[in-house]
Amino acid sequence: MKISPLIKLPFSKQNPVTVQVLGICSCLAVTAQLKPAVVMALSVTVVVMFSNLIISLLRNTIPPRIRIIVQLVVVASLVVVVNQVLEAFVYDVSRQLSVYVGLIITNCIVMGRLEAFAMTHRPWESMLDGLGNGLGYAVILVILGIVRELFGSGTLWDYPVVERLGLYNIGYQNNGLFVMAPMALILVGVIIWIQRSADKDLQEKEK
Amino acid sequence: MRGRKWDQRLADWFEKHEPQGKWAWLGSTYEAFHTFTFVRKTVTRSGAHVRDAVDMKRSMFTVVLALLPALLFGMWNIGYQHFAANSQLSTLNSQLFDCWWFGFLRMLPMIVVSYVVGLAIEFAFAQVRHHEVNEGYLVTGLLIPMIVPVTTPLWQLALAVAFAVIIAKEAFGGTGMNFLNPALVARAFLFFAYPTNMSGDTVWIAHDLWGSDAITGATPLAALSAGADFSVFNSQYSVLDLLVGTIPGSTCETSFIAIAFGAMLLLFTGIASWRIMLGVFLGGGLMGLFFNLLPSLDAQLSTHIYLQLPFYYHWLLGGFAFGAVFMATDPVTAAQTRTGRWIYGLLVGAFAVLLRVCNPAYPEGMMLSILFMNCMAPLIDHCVIARNIKSRQSRLSRQSRTTRKEAHNG
Repeated sequence: MKISPLIKLPFSKQNPVTVQVLGICSCLAVTAQLKPAVVMALSVTVVVMFSNLIISLLRNTIPPRIRIIVQLVVVASLVVVVNQVLEAFVYDVSRQLSVYVGLIITNCIVMGRLEAFAMTHRPWESMLDGLGNGLGYAVILVILGIVRELFGSGTLWDYPVVERLGLYNIGYQNNGLFVMAPMALILVGVIIWIQRSADKDLQEKEK
Repeated sequence: MRGRKWDQRLADWFEKHEPQGKWAWLGSTYEAFHTFTFVRKTVTRSGAHVRDAVDMKRSMFTVVLALLPALLFGMWNIGYQHFAANSQLSTLNSQLFDCWWFGFLRMLPMIVVSYVVGLAIEFAFAQVRHHEVNEGYLVTGLLIPMIVPVTTPLWQLALAVAFAVIIAKEAFGGTGMNFLNPALVARAFLFFAYPTNMSGDTVWIAHDLWGSDAITGATPLAALSAGADFSVFNSQYSVLDLLVGTIPGSTCETSFIAIAFGAMLLLFTGIASWRIMLGVFLGGGLMGLFFNLLPSLDAQLSTHIYLQLPFYYHWLLGGFAFGAVFMATDPVTAAQTRTGRWIYGLLVGAFAVLLRVCNPAYPEGMMLSILFMNCMAPLIDHCVIARNIKSRQSRLSRQSRTTRKEAHNG
């Protein structure tokens, strides 16, 4: 199997968020600020990459009837490791993310890749597939984080952009709606709208 | 052509200058301006068509006419509130005209911004999609400035209009396809995005354009939420004040009487559903009565001011009447079946009063109540239709059984 589509497709025609519409919950919950969004994106990428690798290595020894529980054990162990690392090195962000790091276990992207890809492919390909999907998810999270933090709080990575530009002095106000989760859902919708109008393959055929 | 009236000449000019060739892409813009005033000479030659003078343009224009009393009174009230708060009423030459003129100058920029931004987006979408420009925005564009505080900054209004037209309307396919009332979406956008400009007690009265500080003046609903004593409340806002509408509030929602004139026109022409309108008032009134009964069950509750408020106050306060007449009856977003319209209307009214009384964070429940029921309207219709099908099926099977029995007996 060729390597490049494994990385490329999740960015375009097979994006886990905008095309497969998976992982929406964390997309809405952690993207009010850019920093937690980036940390979350990295965590998910690491988890999906290594769980894909491990499950792919084990795939011939896992009895099919208990494969889900085996997958869960692997994912959960990785999430615990990620959580410990976050608490050790970026404690404040880890507090901000609260339960959502633990909830990576239930992230549909992770489970989906394990079931759909890692169980039937070789380790190297599986790892690349995990990397691609993790980054495809990360792109959306970062876009949401930038837009929501900029318009909702007027900052970017905690740097007060709007204040430095002097926009508050001429009557500009931060938009409270961007801080709320519903606006993140609307923004995901807008991204899907833009992507689908640009990419003819994603549009349904007219009957 | 000489000797014909100017309007006929203009009509001919339009017919002659239909964009063709390299200008054909401007077709929908041309169509919009042409049919705004004139009927096209070309007619459809094939198939059966409903011929009716009341097309969408006509019905939208009737709604605009129905809005005029509330709009004119709202303008006057802006001036009246401003001069009364500054105790300048006695210095005016003509209270009627000066107040109206002050309010007119405040409303005009808001209406212009709303129409320019909204129509620009509508025209752009129509061109890209090769649709005709729809008349739906004629009403929405006027409604939006009528339901926001007079002090709303124009750039925020423009943003809200753009959000409502793009997200609530065009994303779903334009006029007739939206499931939420666009004007209320614009208001909800402002309400959640810029809460300090949409609530509190400093936004309802227009201050002088340049400089001067905000003027404090709470809406009656905010005063109630803050827990004013009922007798104090009553001395501040008499029923007559509430009926006429000389109270602070969103620009054109205050006058019950002016709205009632509009309601009569809408009902007389049959454009708004009387079932929905009546349902909203009944639902709100019944909910109010229910809250009046609560203190007799639990004496502790008797200090709660809302529970002492006579039920008909809910009809007069805030945006209840305006929402019931102009928003809940929006034919696109309301329920479509007859029974469904009753249910829809009753629940809009009931939820609005429930929100007012039980949630102090949202002193005005009408907006959220209508938006919520907009979402529920398709479900209501589905249930009503499913029930109808079921009852007719059972009747059919009953009938066929009796006819079989009769045939057997015969």
